[in-house]
Amino acid sequence: MTPDRQRIIHAAAPLSRERRRFVQILGGMAAGATLAPGAAIAADKVKTKARIVIAGAGAAGLTAASRLAQALDGARITLLDARKEHFYQPGFTLIGAGIKPVGYVVSTTAQYVPAGVELVTESVAEFDPQGNRVVTSSGKAYAYDFLIVATGMQLEYTMIEGMDARLIGQHGIGSIYHGPAAAHATWQAMSAFADRGGRGVFLRPATEMKCAGAPLKYTFITDDYLTRRGQRSKAKIVYNANNKVLFSVPIVSEKVRMLFEERGIEVNYDRVLKAIDPGRRIATFATADGTEEQGYDFIHVIPPMRAPAAIRQSPLPWQSGAWAAEGWLEVDKGTLRHVRYPNVFGVGDIAGVPKGKTAASVKWQVPVAVDHLVAQLGGTTSAARYTGYTSCPLITRLGRAMLVEFDYRNNLVPSFPGVIAPLEELWVTWVMKTMALKPTYLSMLRGRA
Amino acid sequence: MKELDPIVVLAVFEEMLGAFLWPLVAVVVLGLVAFVVLLARERRVVSRRLVGAEALGVLGGVVALVVMAKVSSSGFTDAGGPADWFLIAAVFGAGLVGSTILVYTLAGWWRAWRGSVGPG
Repeated sequence: MTPDRQRIIHAAAPLSRERRRFVQILGGMAAGATLAPGAAIAADKVKTKARIVIAGAGAAGLTAASRLAQALDGARITLLDARKEHFYQPGFTLIGAGIKPVGYVVSTTAQYVPAGVELVTESVAEFDPQGNRVVTSSGKAYAYDFLIVATGMQLEYTMIEGMDARLIGQHGIGSIYHGPAAAHATWQAMSAFADRGGRGVFLRPATEMKCAGAPLKYTFITDDYLTRRGQRSKAKIVYNANNKVLFSVPIVSEKVRMLFEERGIEVNYDRVLKAIDPGRRIATFATADGTEEQGYDFIHVIPPMRAPAAIRQSPLPWQSGAWAAEGWLEVDKGTLRHVRYPNVFGVGDIAGVPKGKTAASVKWQVPVAVDHLVAQLGGTTSAARYTGYTSCPLITRLGRAMLVEFDYRNNLVPSFPGVIAPLEELWVTWVMKTMALKPTYLSMLRGRA
Repeated sequence: MKELDPIVVLAVFEEMLGAFLWPLVAVVVLGLVAFVVLLARERRVVSRRLVGAEALGVLGGVVALVVMAKVSSSGFTDAGGPADWFLIAAVFGAGLVGSTILVYTLAGWWRAWRGSVGPG
């Protein structure tokens, strides 16, 4: 930041020692004695005239906007996103499972935008971190003092030869990821399969992906429907892992392997979907030493995922390593601050960090990034760190799920130790998923959770 | 899912119940106040009325479980571990205690009202 810009930022009066102590106690209560930057920033607003641009108004962008609006007084906050609808993405699995209707996940972005934040319904076409500005699809430039990148990711169906998102719901092809309507079409295709039996093929891409539990959940749900409808003996279920594990956390991977074995779900390792022939119902997988064709009656396609083109074409992604090609933002995994552009933060799916592209990650990432940004505006520093915490209510059958919570180090970090065991299939976890998760998510968007 | 801060819990319940939250809280608070006032007025627990209220309370517990199953799109055969049985017991217990108090209070005030307007 230039000295000029620093001058226009007015630091708030520092918190009194007592108040600081009080918010620390509150923070401790809120976060199980780890950290709760949200509580610390709620105590007093920092006065500033900083221009803050948030690129993307999904879960991460809206949460950041709400928290910044709560923490800052006088900042010009602009939220950029072309889509007017907001999707509660954790609900896609439930639509695909025939549990919830399409409307369950659809609302509008505008209803979550806090007062004092300007929503511009345009996407960012160009990121210029050297010039501290972004340019929208209509060519309008927005200069910023701070940029929060929360663009999310892109689903690349067409990187699978023969695949097109328009095929979802036809020829036995499903894919809950593409959106509410596709999730519903997937439910219809899967339900038809569960009535007949046949060969069900499941998989995950070799790229980073959002909610890495969903491919497993959908396999379990399909198995359960086949069983409930008395067709399980007429069906074969095959899960194709992209590498040599079923889940990135070893202890969870092993538990899933055991459950798959128990349910008679066949597992192939090192299989990446390369092509699909909808007419012949043949899926072609790349294997360690060539390709393999698999016939299917139902296939749950999960496409490769990568950063949006505007990010990939900017200087913001990792410059080398596995994440460079996919374009994930080069941020510090603890602070979410960009490694080369200190006035840029990356949160949500776009962040190039080792774990979790989930709403639970957003819930714990955004307060940390916002705390660092606000501290800088207030002339202080923040000690808040994101530990990689994320959670996945891993549905193992209708009515039961495992509450899997973990961090960067692959440690299990259960919220309710001794009560809700992380690797136990429980109804209480299902109840959380179906009843408590969406209200918690909406509270998060409003900066209240 | 990592915190149980009362403010956060309130925010979550506001999102969950929307416009129903505060009327529901009001009903619970008014019901409890009416119950306490009734106890203070009568200066005893009427055991005959309590037994009747408890009998209906059992039905209230069952209704609470049915509602819970409905809103969570599941059934009680899904219980898989001790935490599940604890939750089932808690929901049944809440339904039982809530409806027992409700029936007891309503019956008590009904009797008091009848006593004040009717003969004997």
